[in-house]
Amino acid sequence: MSALLDVENLRVSFPTRSGMVEAVRGVSFTLGRERLGIVGESGSGKSQTGRAILGLTPPHATVTADRLVFDGIDLLAASEKERRTLRGKRIAMVLQDPKFSLNPVMRIGEQIMETLAAHGRGSGAEARRRTLAMLEAVQIRDPERVFNLYPHEVSGGMGQRAMIAMMLVAEPDMLIADEPTSALDVTVQLQVLSILDKLVAERGMGLIFVSHDLRLVSSFCDRVLVMYAGRVVEEIAADRLHQSQHPYTQGLLNCLPKLGQSRHPLPVLDRKPEWAA
Amino acid sequence: MTDALAIKGLAVEFDDFRAVDGVGFSVAEGESFGLVGESGSGKSTVLRAVAGLAPVTEGSIFVRGEEIRPARSKAFYRRVQMVFQDPYGSLHPRHTIDRALAEPLAVHGIGDAERRILKALDEVGLGKGFRFRYPHQLSGGQRQRVAIARALILEPTILLLDEPTSALDASVQAEVLNLLEEIRRERRLTYVLVSHDLAVVTHMCERLLVMQHGKPVELLTSADLAARRIETPYTRELMVASEGFRREP
Repeated sequence: MSALLDVENLRVSFPTRSGMVEAVRGVSFTLGRERLGIVGESGSGKSQTGRAILGLTPPHATVTADRLVFDGIDLLAASEKERRTLRGKRIAMVLQDPKFSLNPVMRIGEQIMETLAAHGRGSGAEARRRTLAMLEAVQIRDPERVFNLYPHEVSGGMGQRAMIAMMLVAEPDMLIADEPTSALDVTVQLQVLSILDKLVAERGMGLIFVSHDLRLVSSFCDRVLVMYAGRVVEEIAADRLHQSQHPYTQGLLNCLPKLGQSRHPLPVLDRKPEWAA
Repeated sequence: MTDALAIKGLAVEFDDFRAVDGVGFSVAEGESFGLVGESGSGKSTVLRAVAGLAPVTEGSIFVRGEEIRPARSKAFYRRVQMVFQDPYGSLHPRHTIDRALAEPLAVHGIGDAERRILKALDEVGLGKGFRFRYPHQLSGGQRQRVAIARALILEPTILLLDEPTSALDASVQAEVLNLLEEIRRERRLTYVLVSHDLAVVTHMCERLLVMQHGKPVELLTSADLAARRIETPYTRELMVASEGFRREP
């Protein structure tokens, strides 16, 4: 299986008053048509990794890598125009909160049709038909009605499904989901995940699932990268997470309260400077 | 013994929407009680109604057997304090930590501010180095510690905790939960904790009430929940959801 995405020694740094700060410090991995989880705490660089792949790093930051290749295309050498055509069409991203990432003054259906129009994949009646089919695929029961609604008129779970529909309608090869369910309730979270799971499997996409929730990621993904202070400290098959070797991964798993286990006080993470080294 | 907090037949209406409908429970002195549910279940509204931040349409609230009237007295707030979910939104961005902690003391005419502020900071594990910083100079966990210190500085007996750790990373959550437990033990406080996370609630509380669509669903002890002695399908559904994603074969 040839890799869909090949990342080697990715670095993202931001200028600050006290010099350059590296948010991502030499991350390497490859992605096939599989589900890869990237887990870490806030500030670990997990979101910036996803954004750098998509080319959404803020302009004042610097992105360098030894290799950043998507399906044979060198992303670092690609022009802004080439990256724009990739974005949305071949690589898509689902963001955390539908409240902030959908256009509030545009009907949901129109926003999804816009994606198709932007990539020259049909317009008019054909786009409308595909949009409705996509809304149905994300298990929205009454697509005709939801098509004409504004984002504020739908619930969080419905909004997130609409966003997934928008991202998948152009049939991308790779999907980056940055905390796609963190703003949702647990039960809704699972519904949205199972929709995502089904679509990724059916369409044979590569998925990068960025999250702070180790338990969720390990139950959803095939493989997990654990990030700490801008580096990957451990890579592990998701079903073997409980056998993890790195003390940071173990600590993260351990400090969660568990049902049916009484541990007072909870073990806390004892951060070692060498983890960030 | 009278209960620290008792709620009977509570209903909260916003215009014609009934956010809370017929909720009642009592919390003994020194007990920790949990409210669990999804967003929109009314769990936070119950807490806000107790604190006087949401209108009580029906029912009554008792603190140590004394019925609380709609206009809360200053004495009420010396007894009952609240910690909110979002540590980024609940501190004034242009007030130093010192000012945030001095304000409740000034409102209640309590002297000896200097000593009390230092003691409160010390108690939440921040130390006096943090005293003259602004909220943006602190991490989420440190801000939540300040919010806890602000609630504790009036020496209340009941603490209302609205999702106190859901905006925090797992490792920071563990630290804050440990801090809350330690304070409760030392000061013999009564807690009412709202959370969507079943594991957090069972860890912190002895008993809990599951809510859905503003109505109480099931009242059970944490031990029952841990042993899966569950009566209602909704609680079972929440329980399954909390165990993570399961791929259908």
